[in-house]
Order: sequence, then structure tokens, then C-alpha cells
Amino acid sequence: MSMVPTLLSVEGLTKSYGGVHAVRGVSFDLRAGEILALIGPNGAGKSTCFDMLNGQNIPDSGRIRVLGAETTGKKPRVIWRMGVGRTFQIAATFPTMTVRENVQVALVSHGGQLFNLWASTARHARDVAGRLLDLVGMGAYAERPCGELAYGDVKRLELAIALANQPKLLLMDEPTAGMAPRERVELMRLTARIAREQSIGVLFTEHDMDVVFEHADRILVLNRGSLIAEGSPEEVRGNAQVRAIYLGEGLLYDARHREGASA
Amino acid sequence: MAFYIVQFLTGLASAASLFLVASGLSIIFGVTRIVNFAHGAFYMLGAYVAFTLTERFSGAFGFWGGIVVAALIVAVIGVLVEMVLLRRIYHSPELFQLLATFGLTLMVEDLVVLIWGPDDLVGRRAPGFKGAIDFFGQNIPSYDLFLIVLGPVVLGVLWLLFQRTRWGVLVRAATQDRDMVAALGVNQKWLFTSVFALGVFLAALGGALQIPRDAVNHAMDLRVIVEVFVVVVIGGLGSIIGAFVAAVLVSELNAFGILIFPKISIILVFLVMAVVLIVRPWGLFGKPEAPARRTPGLTVNPWRPLTTNERLAALAALVVAAALPLVAGNYLLTVGSEIAIFVIFAVSLHFLMSVGGLASFGHAAYFGLGAYGVALLAKMAGLPMIACLLLGPLLGLMGAAVFGFFAVQLSGVYFAMLTLAFAQIVWSIAFQWVSVTGGDNGILGVWPEKWAASPSHFYWLSLGIAALAVVILRIIVFSPFGFALRATRDSPLRSEAVGIDGKRIQWTAFVIAGTVAGLAGALFAYLKGSVFPDNMGISLSVDALVMVLLGGVETVSGAVVGAIVYKALNIWLVSQTDWSKLVLGAFVVLIVVAFPKGIVGTLEALLYRRRKSSSSVSPLLTSRVESAE
Repeated sequence: MSMVPTLLSVEGLTKSYGGVHAVRGVSFDLRAGEILALIGPNGAGKSTCFDMLNGQNIPDSGRIRVLGAETTGKKPRVIWRMGVGRTFQIAATFPTMTVRENVQVALVSHGGQLFNLWASTARHARDVAGRLLDLVGMGAYAERPCGELAYGDVKRLELAIALANQPKLLLMDEPTAGMAPRERVELMRLTARIAREQSIGVLFTEHDMDVVFEHADRILVLNRGSLIAEGSPEEVRGNAQVRAIYLGEGLLYDARHREGASA
Repeated sequence: MAFYIVQFLTGLASAASLFLVASGLSIIFGVTRIVNFAHGAFYMLGAYVAFTLTERFSGAFGFWGGIVVAALIVAVIGVLVEMVLLRRIYHSPELFQLLATFGLTLMVEDLVVLIWGPDDLVGRRAPGFKGAIDFFGQNIPSYDLFLIVLGPVVLGVLWLLFQRTRWGVLVRAATQDRDMVAALGVNQKWLFTSVFALGVFLAALGGALQIPRDAVNHAMDLRVIVEVFVVVVIGGLGSIIGAFVAAVLVSELNAFGILIFPKISIILVFLVMAVVLIVRPWGLFGKPEAPARRTPGLTVNPWRPLTTNERLAALAALVVAAALPLVAGNYLLTVGSEIAIFVIFAVSLHFLMSVGGLASFGHAAYFGLGAYGVALLAKMAGLPMIACLLLGPLLGLMGAAVFGFFAVQLSGVYFAMLTLAFAQIVWSIAFQWVSVTGGDNGILGVWPEKWAASPSHFYWLSLGIAALAVVILRIIVFSPFGFALRATRDSPLRSEAVGIDGKRIQWTAFVIAGTVAGLAGALFAYLKGSVFPDNMGISLSVDALVMVLLGGVETVSGAVVGAIVYKALNIWLVSQTDWSKLVLGAFVVLIVVAFPKGIVGTLEALLYRRRKSSSSVSPLLTSRVESAE
């Protein structure tokens, strides 16, 4: 285990808005090839945590390092150049371009060609783009306008874009939100396969517990801004505190209903 | 000391009117999300109508009644405009809303000349406030004191209206989330109409109250709208208190700027605006704007480079155009040169607007800077024509580099307002800095050298440069940079997440567009043999916008067709009618409402649909037809 390098290391991450402590003292590590889920009820601080990791939000205190290099407070585009790919809760792609062009833009950026005014983009890294699209099963759609795709396909395209800089780390914010159940399973299997093959570390937030327990190697549970549990799916499933947060509420809800029905 | 206090009070008095107009604009924007470019036109109409009423009815009652009734009449006109025009475009992209209300402004400008004549009208003094008050040897008009009191009073009344009435609560709710308000069963239509009426009422009142201070004329709409834009950019769109504070700030800067830079007082306002934009891009009291909405699925056909056949067709068209001197006389060739120059100008704006998604409402500034660059180099430095043509556009480049840096910090309506304000500032400098620019008289005698002097030679020169500009810009569109620019336009979030520094990309695009516009201006100076402040005026900026729109915003090179059709039409129209602005304005409104894809866009959509149907739907269709037979 110790041979596998630490990809992402988070120490004492803290953020508050006025009097609200959104995230307090969150620390964890992520190793190469590991799939780590960040879960918690609504308002637990998942999104704030995530936004700080990818540079959209600046922490009050704490440190974030990717492969030993400090990324705390850096801009998203800088963090991307350090080898961090990401997908959004609502997939963000370029709707007026074709599927292939979407990936080519990311490749152009990765190749440091953004200010090239003369070359033809269509010919830029065409094959690499094609291979990335094949990888996510979108090869057949390469010439389709992105704006015409079904949402599940847009999500897969977004994954291909996120992989364009050969990331070491993939940050996925609710990767299966808004998808049909079968698409969810397919997308996560695909992600897991790519992560294993290329030994990419994946950190994702998710509401769907089936997805979490099936695919995560390790789970972090956040509640009211603090980490309350961490471990393998089995450990987390057996954790009393986690059960109280998730299942406990469910029981209460059931109990209320039963009371209401009998009254 | 007394002098400075009087200067300060004069500034405060000017702020009152400015505040009324700006608060009206802010209220309308808050609820309907429309930046009403026609707000200056309503201000001007208020002044004209009030002039007529106060001349007609004598006495104090006639005057004060006239002012209020004038504002009410204009508010009714505003309601009609809202119901007939704006209701159709609430869901259109911002650019179309801005253009439609701008078209309205053009129409009103000609209409007031048609009704009230072209001369300045001097109204009567306000009964009860005719004199002046002595202040340590300095005179303050008592009407100014009235205005100084009026500003805060209106602010207070508006505050009460929004805090204490049911209607005000609804307006505040709609400002935060209009969809939610609609979902709660509030009749949105009438809420929007009433808000628009209030906004227009305030603008018209601001105009009417100016009668005792200033002559009424048909250029006051643009003057005020530029100041109002500066005010809302500083104060923050949608904030009434912001409008008040910024109106005072801008008026005081104007009042004291005249003492510091008597020639170019507007510089001071510009500097303050620049500082505010750097520190708080959404204004002192505004909130950060949500990213501009893109209409998804508007562009169904992705852009492609021309096929070989299309390239040959374009080349053939160019050859035909180059053969014009064989058949046409000198007048037609001059018209042809002008059209070619406007093709360059239009494609430069098209690049910024379509590829960059940045609708500049002041693109003429860089055209004009190029023209002045040539004129100054030719007249003062005496450089040869080739050197002038190459170096002149650099002035456009520099202007675009400075203004563009600030402009790209903003997007959507803020970007449009800021670019317009910048263009107006450049215009003012050309107008006021008489010792260098010649002011209103311009710079004369900028004639081409012998090799380019004959109409046919100049035509070929213009045509060649136009063709080159179109080709180069097309290459850039399909270059990695062009894609990065489109990526930034399509999704700021995603482009940032793939390492694209959107602001730097947009700034570069702004500089490219400004330089190409400067090139067009440089040629234009030689075509006309002179340059004038109007070469950077608002109407020229609007011309460019219309050309792009007419060709099709969502096309790669629609602006070429747009420029040819529009310019030819325009030249013909000006020779046919005195009311070209009226026709032009109506034309703009018509395009926006009925023809938003433009000429090339419509053609492309038709072709794309046919190609699609022939590849997928038609087999089914033909088999059905066959079986029916």
C-alpha cells in the first residue's frame, strides 16, 4: 500500500460564510487508482468542499496538495494544468461545436496552442480526440453537434473532455445526477474501468447510495461540515453514526407516517 | 471657496435628472432583464412634450401640471411600446433586446424632428423658481436648489413604494426570481407593463424637468443615455440607491472635471468608472450578474470551413466584383469602395460578436481611431500612404487594447453599455480636443496618392484588402485561438476547467477586431479625403451591428452579405428620403422581431434542414409517396 503515491492530500480544510461553518477541518488523502466517494446529507458541505478542491472557492484555512504541489487558492485553469480533470453536476460542454471539436478544444489547450491564430483546429490531434471518444463509447457520434446529444451522451462526452489532459486526478461532482438508472451504472462502470486502467484517482460526490456502495473503494462521510466517518463501504455501512444520519431519518419518517396513519 | 460650493451645488442639481432616468432604467432592468436603450428617447420625448404643454398652458399650474402630464403621456407611450414590441422579445437573446430598443431610439430621433423641427427649443423658466440666490457673491439659480431637494425626495418616494406597497413587494420579488413570482400566480404581463410604465415615467419626468435648465434638442437622448450607462455601471444595474449615489458622483465629477481638464472633462468620469470596474465589476451597489443566458440549440449547424466548391464560388464572386470597373462609372465605383470598406468593418465586429459572443455597441470607436490615425500621420507627419495605411490602424489597436481590457471584465449588457460609453468618450475627445483633431471641423485633405487616386484603383485596393480581411478572420475562426474564443463564449465554466484563460482570449479577440476596424477606418479616411468625429459616432456603431445582424449572428461570415445589402440599401435610402433614421430604426426592429437569423443564417438553416431530411427522413417520406402512387 505504501508504494502507491498519495495523489491528493487535504489538511484541515475550513470555510465559513458569516456565522455558518460550511466546512471545518476536513482532512483526507487520495491514492493513485483509488475511487473515493464524498457523501453526506444536503447542506453537509460537500459542494463547498468540492469547489475548494477545484479552485472555484478559496478556503479560509487548510492546505490542498496534488502530487505534493500546493493548489490551495489557485484558479481552476491552473489546477487543471497540474493534472486535475473535472466534471460538473450539470454537464458543461460546448454546445455549438461537434463532439470531436469539444475534445479538440481541451487538447489544444493541453498542447499550449491556445494563441495559435493560424493552424487548423480540425486537424489538431484528430486521432487523439477520436481515441478519447472511443474510450467513452462516443466514437460513432464524433461529428454530431453537441447540442443535439441526449443528456447521458453529453455526460460521457464531458468525461472524455476531462480526460484530455491525461489527468492524475479526476474530480466528479455528482456524476450521475439527472441520468436514467441504467445510464448511471454504465457511466460509473466506465469511469471505474478507466480509473483502474490508467491509475487515475477519482473523487466524487454522489446522492445515489447504490452508485456509491458499488463503485467506491473508500467513502468519506461529511456531516455539518465535519468528517464523521471514513472507510471501506462495509465499514461505513456498519457505522452507527452514519446510520443515524441516513437510515435514522428514514426510520423517523416511517414512524411519523405510521403514527399519522393510526391517528 | 464659495465658487467651489456653488460648483458642487450645480453638480447636485444635474444629478437629480440623471438619477430619475437612471433609476427608471434600473427598475426596468431589475424586473424585465431588459436594458432599455430607448430610455434616452423617452427622456427626450418627455422634454419635448413638456415643452409643448408648458408653452400652451400659462401660469404656475400650467407649468407644473404640464411637466407631470407630459411624463404621464410618455409613460402611456411606453406602455404601448411594451405591449406591442417588448412582449415579443422578452425571451430573445440580450443582444436582440438591446438592438430592438436601439432601433426605437433611432425612430424617435427622426420623429421628434418631424414633429417639433430640427432647431433647439428654449422653454420657459419655472414659476416660483425664476431668480437666483446670492451665495457669497456667487449666483445659484433657485431652480437648481429645487432640483437638489427633489432628488432625495424621489428616492424616498421610490423607497416607500417598494417597501410599503403590495405592488412594490411583487416588484422586489420579481427582481429576485421572476419565474417564482409567476409560479405563485402573479400576472407577470401586467407586472412587467406597470414596471415599464414607472421606469418610462421617471425618464420622461427627468427630461421634462430639464426644460428650465437646458434647451430641448433632438440629440439629448444619446447624451443622456451614455451618462446613464456610466451611472448604472458605477452604481450597479438594478439598484436604486446605487443609481442615486452614482448619479451624484458622475455629476460632481463632471462639474469639477471641467475645472481640472477643461478640454476633456469626460476623462475624469472615465477614470473613476475604470477604477470601479476593477474593484467591483458589478458596480458599487449591484450584485454579480448571473452568466448571460445562451439560447441552447439556436445553432443547429456547426461551423465548417468552406468546401472546395464553395471556395471556388467565393473566388468567382470576388472576380466578378473585381470586374466592376469595366462596366461601372466613377460614382458606382466610389459606392463600391465604401461597401468594401464596410465589409471590413462589419466582419471585424462580427468576429467579436459571433465568435466571441461580445456584442460591442461602440465598435465605431476603433474605426474612427484608425481614420484619425491615418489623418494625423498624413497631415502632421506627412508619411506616405502605404505607411499611413499600415500605421494608422495601430491607433485602433491601442484604443482596443486599453478599452478592451476593461470591457472584457464584463459580459452581456454590461459589456454593451461599457463599449458604448467608451466609444462616446473617444468621440468626445475627437470633438473637444480641437487643437489636435480639429474638433467639429475634422481634418481635411487626406487624399490618396496618385497610384490609388483613381476611383477604379481605389476600388481595387479596398476590395483586395476586404477580401484579405475576410480570409484572415475566417482562418482565425477555425484556428485553435478561434475555438478557444468560441469555447469561452459557449461555456465559461467548462473553458476555465480545461485551462483556458477566457479574459485573455477575449481581450486578444477585442484587439484583433479593433485593429481590423481601424484598417477599415484608415481606408475610409482616404476614400472621403477627410475625417470627422462622426466617423466614431454611435450611428456608425449601430450600422455595424445591423450589418452583422442582417447577415446572421450565428454564421461564420454572414456579415459580408449583411454589409453589402445594408450599405447598398443605406446609400440608396439616404439619397431617397430625409427620414433615413426612421426607416432604419423600423428596419432594425423588424429584423429583430421577424427575422432574427439574418439572411445567411436563414439560408443555412434551410440548407441544413434539407440536408438532414434528405439523409434521414426522406427515405421514409419517398417510400410513402411511392406507395401512395
